[in-house]
Amino acid sequence: MPLSPDQTEAAGKEEINTFPRLLLNHARVRGEKIAMREKDLGIWQAWTWQQVLDEVRAMACGLASLGFEAGDKLAIIGDNRPCLYMGMAAAQCLGGIPVPLYQDSVTKEMAFVLDNADVHYAIVEDQEQVDKLLEIREENQAVKHILYDDPRGMRHYDFPFLNSIEKAQELGREYDKANPGFFDKQADAVRGDDIAIMLYTSGTTGNPKGVVLTYDNVIITARNGIIREGLTENEEVLAYLPMAWVGDNLFSYAQSFVAGFTVNCPESGATILTDLREIGPTYYFAPPRVYENMLTQVMIRMEDASRIKQHVFHYFMALAKRVGTRILDGKEVGLSDKLLYKLGNFLVYGPLRDVLGLNRIRLAYTAGEAIGPEIFDFYRSLGINIKQLYGQTEGMVFICVQPDGEVYADTVGTPAIDVEIKIDENGEVLYRGPGVFHSYYKSPEATAKTKTEDGWVYTGDAGYFADNGHLKIIDRAKDVGKLQDGTMFAPKYIENKLKFFSFIKEAVAFGDQRENTCIFVNIDLEAVGNWAERRHLAYSGYIDLAAQDEVYDLVQGCVDKVNEDLSQDPLLSRSQIRRFLVLHKELDADDGELTRTRKVRRSFIEERYVPLVEALYSDVSECHIETQVKFEDGRTGSLSADVKIREAKQFTPVAKAS
Amino acid sequence: MHERKLGDVVLQVSGISLSFGAMRVLNNISFDVRQGEIRSIIGPNGAGKSSMLNVINGVYHPQQGSITYRGVTRDQMKVHHAAEQGIARTFQNIALFKGMSTLDNIMTGRNLKIKSNMLLQAIYWGKAQREEIEHRKKVEEIIDFLEIQEIRKTPVGKLPYGMQKRVELGRALAAEPDLLLLDEPMAGMNVEEKEDMCRFVLDINDEFGTTIVLIEHDMGVVMDLSDRVVVLDYGLQLADGPPDEVRKNQAVIDAYLGVAK
Repeated sequence: MPLSPDQTEAAGKEEINTFPRLLLNHARVRGEKIAMREKDLGIWQAWTWQQVLDEVRAMACGLASLGFEAGDKLAIIGDNRPCLYMGMAAAQCLGGIPVPLYQDSVTKEMAFVLDNADVHYAIVEDQEQVDKLLEIREENQAVKHILYDDPRGMRHYDFPFLNSIEKAQELGREYDKANPGFFDKQADAVRGDDIAIMLYTSGTTGNPKGVVLTYDNVIITARNGIIREGLTENEEVLAYLPMAWVGDNLFSYAQSFVAGFTVNCPESGATILTDLREIGPTYYFAPPRVYENMLTQVMIRMEDASRIKQHVFHYFMALAKRVGTRILDGKEVGLSDKLLYKLGNFLVYGPLRDVLGLNRIRLAYTAGEAIGPEIFDFYRSLGINIKQLYGQTEGMVFICVQPDGEVYADTVGTPAIDVEIKIDENGEVLYRGPGVFHSYYKSPEATAKTKTEDGWVYTGDAGYFADNGHLKIIDRAKDVGKLQDGTMFAPKYIENKLKFFSFIKEAVAFGDQRENTCIFVNIDLEAVGNWAERRHLAYSGYIDLAAQDEVYDLVQGCVDKVNEDLSQDPLLSRSQIRRFLVLHKELDADDGELTRTRKVRRSFIEERYVPLVEALYSDVSECHIETQVKFEDGRTGSLSADVKIREAKQFTPVAKAS
Repeated sequence: MHERKLGDVVLQVSGISLSFGAMRVLNNISFDVRQGEIRSIIGPNGAGKSSMLNVINGVYHPQQGSITYRGVTRDQMKVHHAAEQGIARTFQNIALFKGMSTLDNIMTGRNLKIKSNMLLQAIYWGKAQREEIEHRKKVEEIIDFLEIQEIRKTPVGKLPYGMQKRVELGRALAAEPDLLLLDEPMAGMNVEEKEDMCRFVLDINDEFGTTIVLIEHDMGVVMDLSDRVVVLDYGLQLADGPPDEVRKNQAVIDAYLGVAK
C-alpha cells in the first residue's frame, strides 16, 4: 500500500523510533492539532500536541525532582484519563517504564504486581486507588511516591509521599527552569531497543506475568497496523477499555502517538455510550460482548417501537442481511437492491448507526473471543466495516487481521505485516514478527517456554489455515481435550456456540476425560428478563429467574440447537451436550470465576462447584448448593439455591462424508 | 481519622412552641447548631422532626420562642430570609420538576443567584450569557460531585427513587448553602444507596464545610454521621448531646423501645 506523505513523514524517518521522539515531533509538525480530549464538567476539554508535550514535560521533570530515574517503574492506575496517558509518556521521557494496572483489581492482586514489577512510583486517578496503595504500604514500603489526579476526599490525607499531579508539575516547572536541557537530553537518550512498557497479562491460571515490550516492538507493530489499514492523523478513537490491557495501549496510545490522531476519554464508565455518540469515532475497537450488548439493546428497544416502525425495521434489516455485506465488500449487487439499500440507509441504517455512535466508523475491530456470525453480519450489513483480528500481549496485538473484502465470521484473517505464522505438529499456532515481546519480567523459564531461541512464540491456541489462506482458531490448545472414548472435546468451541444466543451470557463446558459433555449456563439477565416481562413472568432477581421452568425451556431450545449443529461436524458430533444446568449466580471476576478480561476460568469453576459437576454426571435432577460470594465493597456473604438439571436432546451424527 | 473541631454557634432555636389549632406539635424546644457540624434530629413518627425543619426555614411560624441565625434574632423566620441567608433543604417527599432534566432541576437551585434581568436572559446576551455559563459550570461541578453524569439529560420522572433523592440534594447544593437541612435523605433506599448518600453527606460537610441538619430514621446512619443529636418525642425534647451519650439516655431508650408498665 502506498504511503501518504503524512505517514512517510512519521513512519519513514528511522530516528523517530521512541515515544519521547514521536511526541517532540508531533509538537513540532502538528502542534496545534488536538491530541487528546476528555469530557469534564459536561464539556469536551482538549489538549493539542504542543499542550500534551508541555504537560508531559512538567510531569516528567516533577517525577525527576521526586527522585525518579531511568529504569524506574511507574505504576499507572485508573480509568482512561489524559493525565494518566501523559504520565505514561512522562515516565518514558525519563527512560522509565510505565506499568499500567487494572483499576478494578483488589488490593491483593495489585500488591502482587507492584511487588513483582519493583514499582516505587505510582500515578493514580483518585482516592479509591490511593486507599488501596496506602493499604499496601502498611505491609511494605516499596511504593515511595504516589501522585493523584482527583483530590476529592483526600483533604485530610497528610502524607509526605502523597502529592497531586498538579503539585508535581509545579515542582517540575521549577526543576525544568533550574536544569535547562535536562528534559530534552533525557528524552533523546531513549533508544528503540529500550524497554517501553510492561503489561501484565491477566492469566487464566496462576499469577499474572509482566510482558516486557521494547519501543521497537510497540512502535513498529503500531506503524504496520496503520500502514495496512491506511489510518491517518484524522482518526478519532474513544479510549474506554482498561489502560492495563495491551489493546488500549496499542489503539489509544501507541497508534495515536505514531499517526498523530486524537484520543477521546469518556466522562465516566457509565457515560460511555453517550460519549461514543458525541465523539463518533472513526476507528474503534470493542470486544464481541460490547457489540452483542449493543445489538441486544437495539432489539429490545425495537420490541417497544410502534408496529409501523417495526415493520420498516424488519423489512430493511432483511434486505441488509441479503445484500448489505456484499455492498460493503464492493461486490456486484442488482440495481433494484442497490436502490432499496440506499433508501434503507436513509430510513433505517443511517439513523441506527447514529444512535449507536458508529456513523463515522471507517474501521472497527473486534477480538479476544469468537464473535457470533449473526452479530458480526448485523453490523457489517449496516455498512460498518467491522473486522476480526487475532492478537496477544506477547505479540503487541497484531498477529492476524482480516483484509478488507475478505471478512468471514469464523476465521481471523491473514498474517499482519512482517508476521510469520506456522502450525506445529500438535496443532498449536506459532508466530514470529517485530512485535514479539522481549521477555516475561524476572521469569526466564517462562520466557523460554513461550519463546523459542529463533523468536517463534507459542500462542497456546489450537488452529489451522482454512482453504482460503485465513487462520482459523478452534480453542486454547491446552483446553482441547478428549472424552473417555477419545472424541475431540473443544470446550470453548461449544461455549461460544451457546453464547451466540442472546439469552445465554456465559457457558462452561466440562468433558475432558469424562463420559460426555455437560454444561453450566449463565442466562443474560437483561435479555431473559425482558423476555420474561413480555410473557408476564414474575421474578425477583437473577436466582429466581434462573430457576424458572420457562427459562429452562428457553435454554433447552438453545442447547438442543447447538447439539444439532455439533451433530453436523464429523469430528465433534460425539461431544454433544448430554446434561445442563442454569447456574444460580452470575459468574463474577470478583469471585475469581472470570478473569479481569471476563474469560471463564474453567478449572477454578469446576473446583468451586464440585457438587454441581458431580450432580451433572449422576442421574439426579436437582442439587442443593451453597456458595461464598464477594460483594463489591469487599465483604463476603453466602448464597444457597436448589439447582435443577435437565437432559439435552441428542441428534444422530450425520454420516461421515464419503 | 482526623480530629473534628466544631465552630461557633450559627443557629440557635430557643423555646420554640408550635401548635396547629389545639394540637401541640412542638413544645418548648431549644438547641443550637455549630458551624461545620452534622446535627441530627431523631424521634419516632409524629415526633415533630419535619415541623422543626419547617420552623427553621420559615415554612411554619411558631407561636412562641425565637430563632437566632448568624447573630440576628427573629421570632419567626421567613422563607425568603432563610433562602437569602444560605439555608437550603431537601424534602421528605421528593419535590422535583418531574418533566425536567436533572441538569435543569439542579439549575433551578441557582435561582436566587441569577442577577441579570429577564430580557437579557431571553436574548442570551452580554451579562446574562456570562452569568449563565458561570451557573452552568457550578451545576456541572455538582453533577460531577454527586457522580450523576450519566443522567444529566434524563427527565427526573424517569429516574429510580434513589437517584431522584440525589438530584434533589444536588438542587439544594446549587444554592451553595451555609446551612443544609436534609429531611430523611435516606428514607426508602436500599443499603447500597444509603451508603452512597452517607458518603455524599460526609463529603459535602468535609469538602464545602457546609453545616448540616439531618432528620433520619435509620439509627445506624445517625449515630455514624452525627456530631450531636437532638431527640424529640411527641413535640417534647427528650435529649440533646453526642451520639454515645444519647444512646445511653434512659428516656430515649424508653421512647424508642417502649416501657413495660
